[in-house]
Amino acid sequence: MKKLSSAADLERLRKRILSRRDSEKPCVVTSVGTCGVVRGSGAVAKAIPKALSSLKIKHLVDVRTTGCHGFCEIEPVVVIYPERILYQRVTPADVPEIINETLVNNKIVERLLYVDRLTGKKIVNERDIPFYNRQTRVILDNNRLVDPHKIEDYLALGGYSALCKALFHMQPERIIAEIKKSGLRGRGGAGFPTGIKWEACRNAPSPDGIRYVIVNADEGDPGAYMDRSLLEGNPHSVIEGMIIGAYAIGAHHGYVYVRHEYPVALANLSIALEQARKYGLLGENILGSGFDFDIKISRGGGAFVCGESTALMASLEGKIGEPRAKHIHTSVSGLNDRPSNLNNVETWANVTPIINRGADWYSKIGTNGSKGTKIFSLVGKINNTGLIEVPMGTTLREIVYEIGGGISNGKKFKAVQTGGPSGGCLPESLIDLPVDFDRLTQAGSMMGSGGMIVMDENNCMVDIARYFVKFLTEESCGKCVPCREGLDRMLDILTDITEGRGTEGDIELLEALGDLLKESSLCALGTTASNPVLSTIKYFRAEYEAHIREKRCPAGVCKALITFTIDEEKCTGCGVCLKECPQQAISGEKKKTHTIDQSKCIRCGLCRDSCKFDAIIVV
Amino acid sequence: MIELTIDGVKVKAAEGTTVLEAARETGIIIPTLCYHPGLSAYGACRICLVEVVKGNRSSLEASCTLPVEMGQVILTSSERVKKVRKLIIELLLASCPNSKTLQDMAASMGVNRVRFKIKDRGCILCGLCVRFCAEQMRSGGIGFVGRGTSRRVATAFDVTPEECRNCGGCEWICPVCEKACMAGNLIDGLCGACQNLEPVETCPVCTECSQSVGPSGHKVY
Repeated sequence: MKKLSSAADLERLRKRILSRRDSEKPCVVTSVGTCGVVRGSGAVAKAIPKALSSLKIKHLVDVRTTGCHGFCEIEPVVVIYPERILYQRVTPADVPEIINETLVNNKIVERLLYVDRLTGKKIVNERDIPFYNRQTRVILDNNRLVDPHKIEDYLALGGYSALCKALFHMQPERIIAEIKKSGLRGRGGAGFPTGIKWEACRNAPSPDGIRYVIVNADEGDPGAYMDRSLLEGNPHSVIEGMIIGAYAIGAHHGYVYVRHEYPVALANLSIALEQARKYGLLGENILGSGFDFDIKISRGGGAFVCGESTALMASLEGKIGEPRAKHIHTSVSGLNDRPSNLNNVETWANVTPIINRGADWYSKIGTNGSKGTKIFSLVGKINNTGLIEVPMGTTLREIVYEIGGGISNGKKFKAVQTGGPSGGCLPESLIDLPVDFDRLTQAGSMMGSGGMIVMDENNCMVDIARYFVKFLTEESCGKCVPCREGLDRMLDILTDITEGRGTEGDIELLEALGDLLKESSLCALGTTASNPVLSTIKYFRAEYEAHIREKRCPAGVCKALITFTIDEEKCTGCGVCLKECPQQAISGEKKKTHTIDQSKCIRCGLCRDSCKFDAIIVV
Repeated sequence: MIELTIDGVKVKAAEGTTVLEAARETGIIIPTLCYHPGLSAYGACRICLVEVVKGNRSSLEASCTLPVEMGQVILTSSERVKKVRKLIIELLLASCPNSKTLQDMAASMGVNRVRFKIKDRGCILCGLCVRFCAEQMRSGGIGFVGRGTSRRVATAFDVTPEECRNCGGCEWICPVCEKACMAGNLIDGLCGACQNLEPVETCPVCTECSQSVGPSGHKVY
């Protein structure tokens, strides 16, 4: 492969790639992102070429493996193009049937089709699935079309055309003006206007002219994985955004700080960087423009706090990953004391569409203060678990009920936690809240990187607050006193409450500590860490009071405060719970009411889960 | 020179100085724990927080790391600042009750109860020893290990390293082991000797003269 030395070279290559492709030719697509692989899509992907060979139709059919398509609940997914027939929960054993029926006999394998939960109807076409067709997929859509190991796939979709436009038809100032005009705000959590950050970095003095652009891929929020999916599925979209940003800022060195727990993202990104270099899209004299830029990968060591900008840069320098005071912004003095522009993976991926389609188009999407789309990872007690991309301002109701398909097992919605461990829990009364940066902050939560954890009536909000505070206590770097000591004391108090030792005044003390963290912590981890506690106190105070005053857990979660008993009328004496109980706490003769020995019971809940007659009562 | 206002007093300071330095130069006392004039600022203890007023809004910032800016308006002992400092001292006392420095500071701030369980860790992780070792002794024999509540000051692999010259500087600068509280019994985390149940009128114990005495005499909290 020859290095491309001009924009015309790139267009010629693109034409050549497209001339070899036939959009009518059948193509079998399997998603092998991390979520797919854990559900066995790797084996499915391997079975497809075998099945094609055995039917001797390998030359008639294209095969593609892609990153995550977003609908993780129904993985492993096989989609057959051009019709976009979607088969869900495919096993390797299903593959010969899929190939034979769909590609040879032109029939649909009915049993593998997606069934709509509301109507009960089977849906053939991927486009008609409500989970997909209610989204606006600007960033994520290409994940289903691109093999992350093949730069040609990305080029075929018009990849790197935004880079050409930027390098040859736009001045750096124009690019920054365009990004500012688009209203793009950082997707990593704080929502700082990206264009303003770029401008500050470009204008900041540097003694030797060195500036850096950095990708923050240290995505550590429990339940959030949009950045992983982008890096795994479409790494070039991030790389292209980075090169454009570097050109606009005047940087020649880029870093991707990616967490160690993302091996697939790391592998795919490395391949993508290598391919971009071979084509001359990275390195010296990019596309003959005279602009030099290259990207290095740096792996995080598994510290949540290294997602914070100053801690991340300290870690990049090889120092302990702990934050410093940010009176001087990193865009002025960051990595190696040089102006450094750090943006989240998703922010970088937004750059290409803005340059391609213009700021005016982009700023039409979203709300007044928050433009564009946002990817959320919708997880928890929800029917359709997965990654969704919606315009800013979409209501929680649309997200939870229309795209998410409602609460699993027919339970009642209780709360949704947005923004990761430092976000807040929003109750049902706020279900019509439009989701954007400012509205979430007003409601006592935050956008964060876009995690959305849905909770139902069986979740105890005190226990949830305790879980997140425990996570943050372990992940606090321990440098500043409010975060290190304050979180530890909050955890003590919350543990006491959930174990029945809560006393009057605990809620007020939690609030005082929460305010202290907000006011006085050194970095954003500390200032937002009390959100889960303060928001649950704000919206679910009665639940705290029940724990403290009545020593009762209304949701039936806190083990020290609940007892399991057997409803005499409902128990049929089937003996299933008796066999399930790991403590032999249940006794009773066949076909007679069973009883639970409270002194032996460890409240694990296995009996309740195994009982077919709902005879186990939790009080 | 940069002009700013600290507690209503117009102050001039050279560019690059911090608000803490400018305040001390003027004789306005801001309490500190992790700060030392001979070492780099660290910003960890948060005791030196001051209120930075910007129009109708204000925020709390650590004065030891906050550079002076033209027209800055600083309040060093507003109600908001005092409230936060008291809670921080309360948290520190609960995790390190045997420090005379802390007990004195608590008394002078009118902290008269500790609402948290005492978990004596014998260290407030102010990092003075670590910075002293690295910056003044040019040794770097000690550093921080671990994170969160398991963070501690240690030598590499808990073995005395070659870099350590047994200078004793780490012990000398430590606000905890240098002056252990001599009171026999702690009552609810407070040392009986200097415990004040009501906020004090004048500073009863002059902990570090150069820091706590200004032109107007002792600081009243």
